[in-house]
Amino acid sequence: MHDTTVLLIEFGALLFGLGMLGRVGRRFGLSPIPLYLLAGLAFGQGGLVQLSASNDFTAIGAQIGVILLLVMLGLEYSADELVGNLRSAAPAGIIDMLLNTVPGALFALLLGWDAKAALVLAGITWVSSSGVIAKVLGDLGRLGNRETPVILSVLVIEDLAMAFYLPIVTAVLAGVGLLGGLSTLGVAVVTVVAVLVVAIRYGGPISRFMSVKDPEALLLSVFGLTLFVAGVAAELKVSEAVGAFLVGIALSGPVAHHATQMLSPLRDLFAAVFFVFFGLSTDPADMPPVLLPALGLAVLTMLTKVATGYLAARRSGIALPGRLRTGFALTPRGEFSVVIAGLAVVSGVDPQLAPLATAYVLITVISGPVLARLPDYSWFKNLLRRRMAAQRSTA
Amino acid sequence: MVLVRVRVEQTPLPGIGVRHDLVTSSGRTVGVVSHRNGRRDLVLYDVDDPDSCLASIPLTDDEAEALADVLGASLMLGQLAGLRQQAAGLLTEQIALPAGSPFVGRQLGDTRARTRTSASIVAVLRDREVIPSPGPSFRFEANDVVVAVGTRHGLDGVTAILAGDTDG
Repeated sequence: MHDTTVLLIEFGALLFGLGMLGRVGRRFGLSPIPLYLLAGLAFGQGGLVQLSASNDFTAIGAQIGVILLLVMLGLEYSADELVGNLRSAAPAGIIDMLLNTVPGALFALLLGWDAKAALVLAGITWVSSSGVIAKVLGDLGRLGNRETPVILSVLVIEDLAMAFYLPIVTAVLAGVGLLGGLSTLGVAVVTVVAVLVVAIRYGGPISRFMSVKDPEALLLSVFGLTLFVAGVAAELKVSEAVGAFLVGIALSGPVAHHATQMLSPLRDLFAAVFFVFFGLSTDPADMPPVLLPALGLAVLTMLTKVATGYLAARRSGIALPGRLRTGFALTPRGEFSVVIAGLAVVSGVDPQLAPLATAYVLITVISGPVLARLPDYSWFKNLLRRRMAAQRSTA
Repeated sequence: MVLVRVRVEQTPLPGIGVRHDLVTSSGRTVGVVSHRNGRRDLVLYDVDDPDSCLASIPLTDDEAEALADVLGASLMLGQLAGLRQQAAGLLTEQIALPAGSPFVGRQLGDTRARTRTSASIVAVLRDREVIPSPGPSFRFEANDVVVAVGTRHGLDGVTAILAGDTDG
């Protein structure tokens, strides 16, 4: 058979299988991310079936997947929201960063990994999955809850922080050393601030330049611009993901709204490819030795996330049940952790990092939404009520 | 009845939209989550745990508009319709406050309209908003439209008073 035909058969079967998996997952209220990762594990090197012909194709698809994930994230927020939120929620963001990066970094050092791997693992444990969490909040009917803005503002700060973290990781992994890392950070800071200022001041004219009336032209121009900027950003060593994120932020108004609608299906397709690709690059045989460390890390960093949520919600005057809801809701890690781990895999950090990250994300992304539901059960509520009553009587 | 200004709080929900909520005089909190894609959720808050919502009811555009109509303007219309059914001789009329009216900037009580004409001012329309049952301390502004209920004679009297044609 010709290579292209094999590719069509393999890739087609893969997507079809993912579709079926996603459907099964939805029936159990499961996010598709863990399923895609598992599918990748099953089909990768050392897995059940090996996909060979479509590997290069999947690699490019995965890269586009990251870019689309990020541009959509940028489209969801307006520059005003990002900056306005920054003032009020910065302390919560700092608590979040300290409580969740430190355990990851220490854990890596404990495993005897080098500083690069520690930096990467710190990022993996830091960022909650905004996609999974927004979905969970919607499913549980909590969008109106008073703690929800707290959760969202923590997520927004994390996402914005990625615009600075990713360039640093990219630079450090490329082996440019501390000075080189600082200079890329400088470039990143200047670029991000410039884009935010331009988006707030001139977001209207930029967005008007893209016509909303012609859907096809809009799709091509937005998608094209995103890929172009992502490529330029990668060339400047600022990471293509950050470039895409900034394009999303710079667009606003009706253009952002329509672009979101049109890019969503593309994002779903390529993001699935990305998660599968990450699974593909991990050998399932490497998983068992890292399962226990991954479980330990997951338990530890889920506790620190609960603490983060508790403290952040308390700052906003939320009562005990709401603080716990905030904490549990923040526990799932997802797309960003995989993106960060993906960067590390490409540049060949510790070979155990990828399987550990896979196991870690699998554990948190599956158990996180289940934990988020915990404060809704009546036994949990009764427990809290008794606690609060006891506190009141002693006070 | 004194006109109570309700405080509606607005909270941005980054990435989702915006939430408006208010605390009713009975102590319950009601809110509306407006999604950026146009969806709206009506949310009712838990009494025991005021941070969480008991129910979140998605509303389509039409449903939201219909509900707003039912809750808002019809409060007054219902009263008027009831009056009309009870007494055949009663009329309702919208009377625009003339620009040169002596009552612009003065209180409703100063008109002594009900005492002098037996017609009642049941609502005021201002900037396309309905202010139902204005109290005696309600202050008129230019371009207000007064909704009054009364007999033909009484309504004519109110019109004359508002225009400043009669001496106070």
